[in-house]
Amino acid sequence: MSPMRPLFVFVLIFGLIFGGNPEKLFAEENIPTLFDPKVTTLDNGLQVVVLEDHRAPVVTHMVWYRAGAADEKPLKSGIAHFLEHLMFKGTKTLQPGEFSEIVAKNGGQENAFTSQDYTAYFQNVSVDKLPLFMEMEADRMANLVLTDEVVAPELKVVLEERSQRTDNNPAALFGEQFDAAQFLAHPYGTPVIGWRHEIENLTTEDALEWYNTHYAPNNAILIVAGDVDADDVFKLAEKYYGPIAEKEIPKRERVQEPPQLAKRVLEMSDKRVRQPSWRQSYLAPSARSEDQMNVRALEVLSQILGGGVTSRLYDNLVVDKKIATSAGAYYRSGSYDKSTFVLYGSPTPDSNLDDVETAIHAIIEDIVQNGVTETEIARAKNKLLADAIYARDSIRDAANILGSSLASGESIDQVVNWPKNISKVTAEDIRNAAKSVFDERQSVVGRLLPEQVKS
Amino acid sequence: MLQIYCRIAAGLVVAFFLLISLPARAVEVTEVTSPGGIKAWLVEEASIPIVSMKVAWRGGASLDPADKAGLAYLASSTMDEGAGELDSKNFQERLSDLAIQLSFDANKDSFSGSLKTLSENTEEAFRLFGLAITGPRFDDEPVERIRGQILASLNRKLSDPNSLAGRAWFELAFGDHPYAQPSEGTIDTMAAITRDDLAAFAKTRLGKDNMQIGVVGDISAKELGVLLDKTFGALPEQAGISAIPQTEPLPEAAIRIIPQDIPQSVVIFGGQGVKRDDPDYYAAYVLNYILGGGSFQSRLTEEIREKRGLVYSVYSYLYPMKAAGLQMGGFGTSNASVKDALDLVEVELLRIREQGVTKEELAAAKTYLNGSFPLSLSSNDSIADILVAMQFSNLPIDYLNDRPALINAVSEEDIKRVAQKLLDPEKLIVVVAGKPENLEAKGVGAEKN
Repeated sequence: MSPMRPLFVFVLIFGLIFGGNPEKLFAEENIPTLFDPKVTTLDNGLQVVVLEDHRAPVVTHMVWYRAGAADEKPLKSGIAHFLEHLMFKGTKTLQPGEFSEIVAKNGGQENAFTSQDYTAYFQNVSVDKLPLFMEMEADRMANLVLTDEVVAPELKVVLEERSQRTDNNPAALFGEQFDAAQFLAHPYGTPVIGWRHEIENLTTEDALEWYNTHYAPNNAILIVAGDVDADDVFKLAEKYYGPIAEKEIPKRERVQEPPQLAKRVLEMSDKRVRQPSWRQSYLAPSARSEDQMNVRALEVLSQILGGGVTSRLYDNLVVDKKIATSAGAYYRSGSYDKSTFVLYGSPTPDSNLDDVETAIHAIIEDIVQNGVTETEIARAKNKLLADAIYARDSIRDAANILGSSLASGESIDQVVNWPKNISKVTAEDIRNAAKSVFDERQSVVGRLLPEQVKS
Repeated sequence: MLQIYCRIAAGLVVAFFLLISLPARAVEVTEVTSPGGIKAWLVEEASIPIVSMKVAWRGGASLDPADKAGLAYLASSTMDEGAGELDSKNFQERLSDLAIQLSFDANKDSFSGSLKTLSENTEEAFRLFGLAITGPRFDDEPVERIRGQILASLNRKLSDPNSLAGRAWFELAFGDHPYAQPSEGTIDTMAAITRDDLAAFAKTRLGKDNMQIGVVGDISAKELGVLLDKTFGALPEQAGISAIPQTEPLPEAAIRIIPQDIPQSVVIFGGQGVKRDDPDYYAAYVLNYILGGGSFQSRLTEEIREKRGLVYSVYSYLYPMKAAGLQMGGFGTSNASVKDALDLVEVELLRIREQGVTKEELAAAKTYLNGSFPLSLSSNDSIADILVAMQFSNLPIDYLNDRPALINAVSEEDIKRVAQKLLDPEKLIVVVAGKPENLEAKGVGAEKN
């Protein structure tokens, strides 16, 4: 479902092992940058970012709008995602479906996606077709045409999408309830796809209002990655996107959470659940708004806690104590507003959710009290810095990392220098970050259980 | 909170042997033969300091004994849990310290390994890969730990409609043939596998004669040659495997319903397809694109999603296995509209059988299938996959150059002939997991309910 998992905003985790200090894979002077983007901004405000990669004669062309589900108005949940579907339904010069037909006829692959903080459209295509797709993408930035006739069946499609992703799956339903409990006031508590009863009432007018309010060059980022020369791309961007007028874009101001003073505990039972699971999430800073080193320290910490089978949680709960079949942590710094740091685990048949919770809490308490070891830090940094090199292998992943970061309010500099900042994180940074984040009062505990089982 | 919603479901999980067509700018593939006689296909790419290797061994889960189904899968999950002098912790720690990515996988026809490393650690990465395949320890601790994880996952899948429908489809289609058994096994068969079974697996299933290797990245032919011998030299010359019998899916219509209390039914349909070496493979490939293979440019999507909004995703794909060829498809739709959507699928099968495809559709399919191919050659990882897939399917090393001509040669008559051979609603095998309204089980599917 997710075409992208930006490595440094979503560091997935598992367990740990002690040994000699691993050698540093990267010497101080050899810390890689995360990509080498070339950037410009057109007069109408469109930010243009180019990544040159000449390995294959192909290009990824993406437009990211700084508008996602969290920017929706009350009662209109799902409109950002619904409009994303409707962006393929024609313009003043293209019939419904013609956009996709032209993409396919030219050997292109395309899709689009929506998150809380952005909506993005892309085509992967042979490099000689880039001008054509720029022309078409620019066209639908300004000239979308919607009729009730094409909107009605698409609304049914989106309701089926909701069934497929969420309603058919108790873990997804629980995730939705969990987010709603984590964010009482902030729109991150509302699912991106929308609540069913609100999706059902979305109209053509709602879609057009959303489009007219948020779709404009000065609210967008153009990313082109592949076998191109940056100056050529800048000229093409000026030619195709340059003529589009900028608009006044409403300030990105969302309802913020009141201070969380009480831990929330959420329990759900469903007869479709066959394996119980536990998680706890803590409000955490996002890369945009907080102290950079604190955020980078949390990223290293999440790697130490949950980065694979050598991480602390996996090693302790799964390998040593044998009370869990899985255990880990993840932290996503790349959101526009406050994010969460999440710990999770699933018990073995011989243990239960309380055992898992107790063991994970003991590890967190230990880290808050005693910090982490130099071995752990060295290993985590090796992994994260190597990921920065591995990320260069896919122009699509690279474009996704840059686009999602910029659309979530980070700067190019923050992205490019991510490895350097990761390499600077100290044991003290990590301990301070752990102390600030692991506040029980600012957390939500979730317990997902089979029906009729008391844990 | 990481929610990303796409306009159309992201790529289907289809065997990687399928989607090969042509590059605009040729990728230069070299066959490397090591001093010791081990062959690999190599694409040198020095612009990024990484090396990717994929290895596949013919055989796979279909060779697992029925009462030990899941053996290849358990082996794939434990082979990286300690080898040679390194126990599980030490082995994983070594990988972790050097940021080496190493994993194994099993599907019906093959057992495969995947390796990715920074080029400065290539030698050590290959050494660890070699240790894993030639000296896996299968110590009790990691085996029981991983088995516990797999059992938990198998238990979870007992209420997962996609998994239930998929497993039931293969049971219905293949009866007593090994293809009927699930690659990951069942809770009972997974529990029955012993350490001796795993040790025997490693000794007999991985030989030099059933192995294909693809390498892409910052490494020369000469360096690779040396590493091939060190890594694979200790494998037996011949694997102790025999081919499974050739077969065909059940040649009659069947509908099986697996009752699940969910709002949307999951439907899987399919029947006779082609194997990779079938002379009609390319015609079937183009035909499938037009029917349901080409995301938005397919008849099934146009009729069932775009016009009527009955599904979020409807698709079809070719599944050419070594011992059988399948034409598969599926969709998810509200319980109330399962019958309608299924009827529409049958209408489309009949229409394409009786009327074939238009000139315009055929031309558009060819331009897409040829024009989009360079996209799959844009990362080292995906090129390595393709190198192995080509060898696995006995394709020549310059196949990438021949591919467009093979696709362009497909005629409207070919498409119609192949449609009449394959897409027969009278022989459609259907499995539904959900609470479909107005739909009755049929044929063998009814007996199984």
